[in-house]
Amino acid sequence: MSRVLPAEGGLRRVIGDGRALPDGEVALTPEQHLDLYRRLVLLRTYDERSLVYHRQGRIGTYAIFWNHEAMQAGSELALEERDWIFPSYRESAIGILRGMPASTVLSWWRGHPAGWWNPEDYNVASICVPIATHVPHAVGFAWGSALKGEDRVAIVYFGDGATSEGSFHEGATFAGVMKAPVILFCNNNRWAISTPVEAQSAAETLADKASGYGMPGVRVDGGDVLAVYEATREAVERARAGDGPTFIEAVTYRTAPHATADDPSLYIDEERVAEEKENECVGRYERYLGRLGILGATQVEETRSEALEVMRAGIAQAEAEPPEDPALVFEHAYAEPPSSFARDLAELRRILGG
Amino acid sequence: MGELLLVEAVNDALHVELERDPSVLVLGEDVGKLGGVFRATVGLQKRFGAERCVDTPLAEAGILGTAVGLCMAGWRPVCEMQYDAFSYPALDQLINHVGRYRWRTRGKMSFPLVVRMPYGGGVRAPELHDDSPETYYVHTPGVKVAIPSNPADAKGLLAAAIRDPDPVVVLEPKLIYRTSRGEVPEGEHVVPLGTAHVVREGSDLTLVAYGAMVPLAERAADELSPEASAEVLDLRSLKPLDEDALLASAAKTGRVVVVQEAPRTCGFAAEVAAILAEKAIYDLHGPVLRVTGYDVPYPYWQLEDAYMPSVERVVDAARRLLAS
Repeated sequence: MSRVLPAEGGLRRVIGDGRALPDGEVALTPEQHLDLYRRLVLLRTYDERSLVYHRQGRIGTYAIFWNHEAMQAGSELALEERDWIFPSYRESAIGILRGMPASTVLSWWRGHPAGWWNPEDYNVASICVPIATHVPHAVGFAWGSALKGEDRVAIVYFGDGATSEGSFHEGATFAGVMKAPVILFCNNNRWAISTPVEAQSAAETLADKASGYGMPGVRVDGGDVLAVYEATREAVERARAGDGPTFIEAVTYRTAPHATADDPSLYIDEERVAEEKENECVGRYERYLGRLGILGATQVEETRSEALEVMRAGIAQAEAEPPEDPALVFEHAYAEPPSSFARDLAELRRILGG
Repeated sequence: MGELLLVEAVNDALHVELERDPSVLVLGEDVGKLGGVFRATVGLQKRFGAERCVDTPLAEAGILGTAVGLCMAGWRPVCEMQYDAFSYPALDQLINHVGRYRWRTRGKMSFPLVVRMPYGGGVRAPELHDDSPETYYVHTPGVKVAIPSNPADAKGLLAAAIRDPDPVVVLEPKLIYRTSRGEVPEGEHVVPLGTAHVVREGSDLTLVAYGAMVPLAERAADELSPEASAEVLDLRSLKPLDEDALLASAAKTGRVVVVQEAPRTCGFAAEVAAILAEKAIYDLHGPVLRVTGYDVPYPYWQLEDAYMPSVERVVDAARRLLAS
C-alpha cells in the first residue's frame, strides 16, 4: 500500500512534518525501512567524515553531498542488483550501497589507483567528472542491454546545471527515440557552484524538459527518501515494461559548499541554508520512522556508530594502500601497449634510479 | 572478388564483419535506409536489420556517447560520422571518455568501438566538408588512428579496427572514394594496424604520405622520374605508427618529404619530422621537409586547389631537398 501526497510546488512527497503536513506511506516492511535508514546514515556518515578527512589532509578535494543522501539511497533501493548506476562525482560513494568498500571511494578521492574500480563488480560505472557526459553512456547501456534481450535498467545521476549541457540533450534525445530502459535522475539542488537554477534555465521546471524528449517528467521532493523511492520504483516499472525512459527531477537545496574548494558565503543566502538544514533528509526520515514507532533512540545511536566504524576501517584501509609503482602510469590505456611505452618506462626508471 | 572502388571496399568490410561477429553493429546518421550519404553502409540494414544498422538522431556526441554505453552492454559499435568536421561535437566524448574508459577501469573493461568518417578536401564541397582532423585523434591517448589509401587497405584496416579491443578512428579519403579502384581480397581480410607499406621502391628520397596524399605522392614520384628515384611510403596507420618502416626508408634514401593535407602546425608531418630528428638524424643528407595545407581555415572551394598539396608542390620540395 502506497500513499504519495502532492505538496507545495507540486512536488510529490510521502513524509510529512509531524504537525500540519500529514504523512503518507509506502509499501515497505519495518525491516526494509530500517535497512533504508541504515543506508541513509551510511551515506551521511561517509560524507561528514570525508569533510573531516579533507581538513586533516587525508583526502584531496572532495565534492560534498550532504542532504543529497535521500535522493541516492531512495532511488538505489528501487533498483535490482543487475541494474546499472551511472554516477556523477556528487554520487561518488553510491557504490557503498552495493557493497563497495568505503576505502575504494576514499582512495578515489586520495588519487590512489585502488579507487578505480571495475564497474562490472558492482554494476556501478566509473565516477563521471565532466558534467552530463555520462548521460549518453547510460542510455547506450540501457538500449544495448534491451537489444540483447537482457532485463537491465540504467539510472544516471546529474545535477540541475547538467540539463544545460549538450550531452544531456543528446542523451535524452536518444533515450526517447530508442525507448531505452533508463532513468534520468536530476538532483536539482538549485545551485551549479554559484549559478542558481533560475539562471540555468528559463523553463518553469526542469521536469518540463522531459516532454520535449517524449518521456514523462516527474517532480519529487528530493529530501523525502520515500517519495524518491516511489518515483524511481514507478520509473523502473515503466522501463521494465518496455515503456522507455523517465526523467525524475528531485528538488532539494544545496546546504553545503559545492566542493571543499568552494566558498558559498560569496553567493548563497545563508539564512535560507540554515532553514533548509533544519529540514535535512536524514532527520526527516528519522522523525517519520519515530512516528511509525519503528525507530528508537538506541537504534539511531547503534546505526550511527556502525557507520562510523565502517568509515574508520575505510580510511585506515585507504591509508594503508601501498604506493603504486610508476609502471602503472603506462598500463591500461591500451589492451596492448605500444612499444614506445616500454622505452619511456625504462628511461623513467633510469632517471628515478629504480 | 575482383576490383572494387574504395567506398565499396568499406561496404564489403562492414558486410563481412557484421556477418562474422553478431556483436558488431553500425550506427550513424542516414546509415540505414539511405545507406549513408556516400553509400558506404548501403545494404547493411536490409541484410542485418534495423537493430544492427541503426539510423540515429542527428547528434554526433550522442552517437559516440551511446556507443560507449553500447560497449558496456557487450556490443562492438561502428559509428559513422557523416563528414570529417561533423565529428567535432563528438570530440567531447572522444577525449573525455572514449580514450580514457579502459584506463579508468584499470583495464577491466574494453571499449572496442570504431569511429569511421570520410575526410579531406578537393571535392568542391561547402564549408566544413573538407577537413583533415587526424591530429586531434592521434593526440588523444587511448585511441588508435588508421587511414587507408586504396580499396584493399580500406577493407583490411577497417576489419582490423572492428576487431581491435581498443577504440579506433578510421579516416576514409573521400576524394578518392570513387576514383580509387583496386583488387580487394574476398571474405575476411585484415591489414594489421601499425604496419606501413612501401608503395613504390626508390633510392634518392622518400615521400611519406597517407590517405589521399598517397596517390598524389605517386604522381609526384612519376614526375620526378628519371631525374630522381623516389620511394613512396604509405603510413596506413598513424597510431600505432610503424616507426621501423619509416626509419628504414629514411636510412635507405637519406631524404624525406612528408605530405599531409591538414594544416601544417602540429600536424602529423611534424611528428614524423620529430621522430626522424630524434632517431635518424645521422642517416639524413638534408632537412626533413613538409608539404601541407596552410595554417588557415579550409578555403572557399574555388580556391581549394591553392590550399591542397599538389604534385607541383611535392616535386618542388623534392627538388629543393635533392639540391641541398
